[in-house]
Amino acid sequence: MSRNTKINALLLLAVAALAVLPLVLGLGDHKEEPFAGADAEAETAITEIEPDYEPWFSPLYEPPSGEVESALFALQAALGAGVLAYYFGLRRGRRQGEQRAAQALRDAPAGD
Amino acid sequence: MHIAEGFLPPAHAIAWGVASAPFVVHGVRSLTREVREHPESTLLLGASGAFTFVLSALKLPSVTGSCSHPTGTGLGAILFRPPIMAVLGTITLLFQALLLAHGGLTTLGANVFSMAIVGPWAGYGVYRLLRRWDVPLMVTVFAGAFVADLSTYCVTSVQLALAFPDPGSGFLGALGKFGSIFAVTQIPLAVSEGLLTVIVMRLLVQSSKGELTRLGVLLTRSGERRQEAVAR
Repeated sequence: MSRNTKINALLLLAVAALAVLPLVLGLGDHKEEPFAGADAEAETAITEIEPDYEPWFSPLYEPPSGEVESALFALQAALGAGVLAYYFGLRRGRRQGEQRAAQALRDAPAGD
Repeated sequence: MHIAEGFLPPAHAIAWGVASAPFVVHGVRSLTREVREHPESTLLLGASGAFTFVLSALKLPSVTGSCSHPTGTGLGAILFRPPIMAVLGTITLLFQALLLAHGGLTTLGANVFSMAIVGPWAGYGVYRLLRRWDVPLMVTVFAGAFVADLSTYCVTSVQLALAFPDPGSGFLGALGKFGSIFAVTQIPLAVSEGLLTVIVMRLLVQSSKGELTRLGVLLTRSGERRQEAVAR
């Protein structure tokens, strides 16, 4: 592994640790529903402040179950990751192609 | 985490929509100009939008025992300036509002204002300021992405506190309440977003040096050399 790759791997590891530590340390144990969404908690806070508040509009489409919802979230992440991977793959391929072309140009006169 | 559908009173929803609209219109203009003048940047624009897509789909656990997700808007703001992020952020928010019932159409204006306008501008501002002080590129990128992420949720807290002031302690009391839900939860996630943005920027420095120089992210030849030294 090059030094560059190692640094990137360490950075990724740090991100993973930041996500896993709250779970491992049980930081959600004091809650009725651990690790719920912050938006749901905000909805609860709103109804605490203003018990009479009724949302006056509901989503046009709502995923019928948690499974379908997580599938759609996964789809969103996959679309993004796919485009990013395409970008970096294309760049790498182009760079290698250019290098090879330059190499061939350098080698050509020697073969004559 | 965005403000859920129907959870802002109509007057607030409209006001935030009116406040956001000019930024998005201006952003669409900047975006079309960028694509027309530099067709080669379309691919990197797509990658910036894709980064926002991935990051705002990742709901991560946080120290407060609840979950939220990063925004991914810092990267595009640093690369293409904030107006273009107003468009890319709005597209992401629309996708989530329409398909995932996450955020909403009535709260779109408020959510665009926090995630696609204030976040990118705040992150970009910090990035530019640190660059002027000759701070190393990757540190400025981390700081920019961190601030873009965290400021987004600070604005969300302010928006909710304005709409729902606490009957006892008023606006500030409500701000404390919503801030502890959104902003505190977001701190470790903003660190994660900063680190992920640095990884992508490191990969870009390796793969797209020409583009980064054109966009002014890599400034001078000496700056480039410094980056190469880091890359090795």
